Amino acid sequence: MRIYKVFRTALHALRRNVMRSVLTTLGIIIGIAAVIAMMEIGNGVSTMNSRAIASLGANNLMVRPGSAATGGFNYGAGSNMALTPQDADAILRDCPMIRAAAPVVGASAQAIYAGKNYNPQTITGTTPMYLDVRDWPLDEGACFTDQDVRSLAKVCIIGHTIQQELFGNEDPLGKELRLGSVNLRIVGILSRKGASTFGSDQDDVIIAPWTTVKFRVSGSSSSSSSGGGGGGGGINSLSNPYPTSTLQLYPSPSQMQAADMPAPIRFVTVSQILTAAVSAEDITPAINEMTDLLRERHRIHPEQPEDFTIRDMTELMNTLTSVQTLFGRLLLIVAAISLVVGGVGIMNIMLVSVTERTREIGLRMAVGARSRDILRQFLVEAVLLCLSGGIIGICLGRGASALVRYFANWPTQASIPAIVISVIVSASVGIVFGFYPAWKASRLDPIEALRYE
Amino acid sequence: MNPPPLPAEKSGVELIRLHNLCKTYFLGEVDVPVLKGVSLRVDRGELVALMGASGSGKSTLMNILGGLDRATSGEYWLDGDEITALSADDRAMIRNRKIGFVFQSFNLLPRTSALDNVMMPLAYTAQGLTDREARQRATELLVRVGLGDRLHHEPSQLSGGQQQRVAIARSLVNYPPLLFADEPTGNLDSRTSEEILRMFQKLNEEEGITIILVTHDANVAHHAKRTIRIRDGLIEAGAYTNEMVGV
Repeated sequence: MRIYKVFRTALHALRRNVMRSVLTTLGIIIGIAAVIAMMEIGNGVSTMNSRAIASLGANNLMVRPGSAATGGFNYGAGSNMALTPQDADAILRDCPMIRAAAPVVGASAQAIYAGKNYNPQTITGTTPMYLDVRDWPLDEGACFTDQDVRSLAKVCIIGHTIQQELFGNEDPLGKELRLGSVNLRIVGILSRKGASTFGSDQDDVIIAPWTTVKFRVSGSSSSSSSGGGGGGGGINSLSNPYPTSTLQLYPSPSQMQAADMPAPIRFVTVSQILTAAVSAEDITPAINEMTDLLRERHRIHPEQPEDFTIRDMTELMNTLTSVQTLFGRLLLIVAAISLVVGGVGIMNIMLVSVTERTREIGLRMAVGARSRDILRQFLVEAVLLCLSGGIIGICLGRGASALVRYFANWPTQASIPAIVISVIVSASVGIVFGFYPAWKASRLDPIEALRYE
Repeated sequence: MNPPPLPAEKSGVELIRLHNLCKTYFLGEVDVPVLKGVSLRVDRGELVALMGASGSGKSTLMNILGGLDRATSGEYWLDGDEITALSADDRAMIRNRKIGFVFQSFNLLPRTSALDNVMMPLAYTAQGLTDREARQRATELLVRVGLGDRLHHEPSQLSGGQQQRVAIARSLVNYPPLLFADEPTGNLDSRTSEEILRMFQKLNEEEGITIILVTHDANVAHHAKRTIRIRDGLIEAGAYTNEMVGV
């Protein structure tokens, strides 16, 4: 009741000088409008930005086996064959921060089609989810299926570079290329991804079910137990006229023999598991989740080191976050400056108003206003000015961002926190910059004030 | 029009009693004594004129009587309470409830209707009236001062006499037992002055409100039943304290 009356009195006092009130608020209106518009546009841009960076692989996490050491000799990262395809399934199932996970095995083999041959830079054996992890859509056809993975199906999808090199203008869909010693039917063509951040051609790739790559393309070689890591195995001597591999001391079993009597594989391993976190912010929790899960699955004692390593795209992440923090800081500076300017304007006019209404203050004190009543009245006036300025500013800012979206076609995104903060900030500007004038008013001596001309 | 109920009377007929009241201004190293031991008494229902030349201490005495200023020493009993020692906030409450002010320059809020001007002191009254009650009370008072048809006029649309009548209505809105009028006719022509002074007389006679007219104009003082003259910080005549001197 009381507060409501104070507000009504303040509103009445402001209405007595509408023009001045509006002009006073202009600083706050413009400040808040600018901040809201910038926030909405900035938010839109940064969402677009982070989506773009995410497609570069910023959300990707690579789980690789750790190093193995025998007799004091460390074989380096990836030499400890500890990751299994079941690990990939478990990660996907048990880590809520992980959006997608795919096991990866590699191979190296010559690709042949109709008299042309080519050595693809990358041969990746994986599951269909790999494309999801890499955020990599297909141009034509479809990806192989999980059923294909289970059945070691002889299918693959190829990148644009492979299409250029082997097929030229021909449509590769449905054709069979020979990879090493296996014929793989092409079921899909990947969209162009261009060079990676490190400059290698990402389109120079053949992707097939990991079972196919592991057991058919490179599985025939003696190095099968060391997974797809590198391994020069599986190279068809016919297609390798200039052998560069090291001389084998013992005769390797022929492919026929290997197929008849596969080497005893203790458990199937993959060379790495590629996963994608739900978003860039979730990377750290995702790493923790995966670490816990894999430690448990691999039965590693708490004091023992892990037999795997998880790497994220730190560089890309840093770019992303640094761009966003830069944006945020710039906005903050702009907001702070404009609000201080607006606040000084409010203070200025409130001081003028206090001087001008000295007699009114004296009168109010004479009829029974205590100094805290006067303080409250002027404070409420200032807060009311700032608050209404803030609300008008929010409307104007939203209008401005809508115009930008409509005419300049920039993406914008409404920011609820920005609106809430604007309201709070404009009210606090009113309190901070309205306090001194209000305090001055409340300190007036009623006798002097009544006599003031 | 029924007279408004006055606040419950505390005791006796005595409303104001000053005993040996002194006020000294300390200006740097020089002490300027303005009131040098004022004793006087005003009873309920009196209409008193307080007269004095400028520099006589009249304004200072009025400020102290009105609760706007504090005496340096002495006692001031108002309506049964000693108020010299009260804090600024408590004095504000006393002013709100027990004293009405009418000023020479009216002091109405600009661009504010007569009704809102009259209701203004109610905003600082502790016991809250509803909007409806406040409006009703202000309307009644404006009708009583003869402005029933000007409720929503702003001061700029009213003549000087009308403005002063709004100010009188405002001073009465809390039904104070004591009304102070500081040169109430100083800005008015003689005919309007006469009207306003009659109104004070009427309020005094019909409703028993104690009124102190502060003036330097003998014509104004003639309307009062008693005149207190102050000169050089001492009461010269009309203190009405003969029986109190020995107290």
